[in-house]
Amino acid sequence: MKDLLLGTRPPGSDNGYVPPDGTVIVDPAELGSRVSPWEAVKLARDLHRPHAVELIERIFARFQELHGDRAFRDDPAVVGGIAELDGRAVVVVGQQRGASTEENIQRNFGMAHPEGYRKAIRLYRLAERFHLPLVTLIDTPGAYPGPEAEERGQAEAIAKCIETLTRLRTPVVAVVIGEGGSGGALALGVGDVVLALENAIYSVISPEGAAAILFRSASEAERAARALRLAGPDLLELGIVDGLVPEPRGGAQNDHDATAANVKAAVLAQLDRLSRLPIADLLAARYERFRRIGVVVEPEGEPVAPRRPWWRRVLGR
Amino acid sequence: MPFGRRKELPSHLWTQCPDCGEMLFNKQLARNMSVCPKCGHHFKIGARERIELLVDRGSFVEHDADLTSADPLGFVDSKPYPQRIEAAKLKSGARDAVITGSARIGQGAVELAVMDFEFIGGSMGSVVGEKITRAAERALAAGAPLVIVSASGGARMQEGTLALMQMAKIVAALGRLADAGVPYISVLTDPTTGGVLASYGSLGDIVLAEPKALIGFSGARVTDQTIGERLPAGFQRAEFVMAHGFVDQVVPRSQLRDRLAFFLGALRPRTGDLRWSL
Repeated sequence: MKDLLLGTRPPGSDNGYVPPDGTVIVDPAELGSRVSPWEAVKLARDLHRPHAVELIERIFARFQELHGDRAFRDDPAVVGGIAELDGRAVVVVGQQRGASTEENIQRNFGMAHPEGYRKAIRLYRLAERFHLPLVTLIDTPGAYPGPEAEERGQAEAIAKCIETLTRLRTPVVAVVIGEGGSGGALALGVGDVVLALENAIYSVISPEGAAAILFRSASEAERAARALRLAGPDLLELGIVDGLVPEPRGGAQNDHDATAANVKAAVLAQLDRLSRLPIADLLAARYERFRRIGVVVEPEGEPVAPRRPWWRRVLGR
Repeated sequence: MPFGRRKELPSHLWTQCPDCGEMLFNKQLARNMSVCPKCGHHFKIGARERIELLVDRGSFVEHDADLTSADPLGFVDSKPYPQRIEAAKLKSGARDAVITGSARIGQGAVELAVMDFEFIGGSMGSVVGEKITRAAERALAAGAPLVIVSASGGARMQEGTLALMQMAKIVAALGRLADAGVPYISVLTDPTTGGVLASYGSLGDIVLAEPKALIGFSGARVTDQTIGERLPAGFQRAEFVMAHGFVDQVVPRSQLRDRLAFFLGALRPRTGDLRWSL
């Protein structure tokens, strides 16, 4: 038996996508002190953390928001539009949670409805049609789980988002800026490069949800957060993200401008590199990036398929 | 006592239908494709049983049977993940939550992936992701249609974000099928929820479902608790999902093989000649 480690790269080696250039941390050893997973969860959800709109204002020039999915309504939990990044037009799509209770209610706590994901798809297509690079900013507790979301096809909307991104014929840089909550986050997360802010988290299920199912108690969330390996350094080690964007001392909430500057430098460096690649190479590399994620044990040598009866071989069936 | 209250777990002779309460002989139930002869309730069935029902007799050749899960996170909840895997292997007789292989349905070659709910709730981890992706890649190489029968609670928590990424991996492979004009048919069985529905489950060129199968993004319990609203009758059942436009047909188990054969025949990739050549 041989362990085939698909997708995990040895710590410290770059995975062929993100050369170290000083704008992002690609080696977990470069990180000074690590915060505990639970502290990362709290930092990622901090009300005063810069959210998508705050970052967009600081990173891009002349952001013009585009509204609506052209089918049902405009979902305020997803913000997107066209903007300029260092003089070049780009499409940006982000998930927006609020900095106050009122804004959170208006934004539905960053939990998008199907129409939010369909707005995202529409903007992805816009980027593709006009050869504009796409930047996504991920920050959501998860897709909205309510009955009306189910009726309008929450799962289908997310699936289509993922499908659209896997084949989008333009460079895509995704940045987890706060909480990457499961499928609702992955709908914006299929990029040529996936970055995360240092204290961002990305998880298959919220620690509270995992605790309720696994430990039968939501108060065990801290334990679940540790087990899920959802914090930045873990994500880097597992190959889920390609690089971590450093945050100012104490966390992004302390200095929005510095955080935005770091994200901007990282995104610019990646887009510079990606936009020089031919589209076919870009798509092949994007496919490979996700293709190799996962860890399975495979015995050496393919098991030999049982020989088919002679008459089947003769008949070609 | 033989008339136990075990609902869907068959005692050795009898099973009680959870819908109509009828006591059913297990042999009679098996002969009827695990569908209650009185009320038509579709019992959950394992992957092997499902493959028997769907493919031309003797045509199934399994692939990647030996792939098993590793423990990439070192995950421990009430017990360590490797122990959970071993227990699931014993319980279900399968090595992970999906069986893949090549087969023929109605004479035509297909690549088939069938999920097994018995194995940790049919949850999707690295093995499910890898096996289905390979099935899709084989379908692409052979130009053979892909059929995936889903039965899953969603991504496997014990593999964390790696499990989540399997959604993107599988969907990317399906995208290549779509680009090449190779058909993909998704069959949703009870239950198909979470990350499986939010990726390959919803993306079939044709999406079929079994009667009354639970199909939804978040479990009704989650919705109930989170939102605190009473849910409409039949919420997240196959018929409800079809009425809302996300499933093409609700197909009883007895007709599923013929229906698949029809669609596969109609959608089979044709080369060169674009005239109808049925």
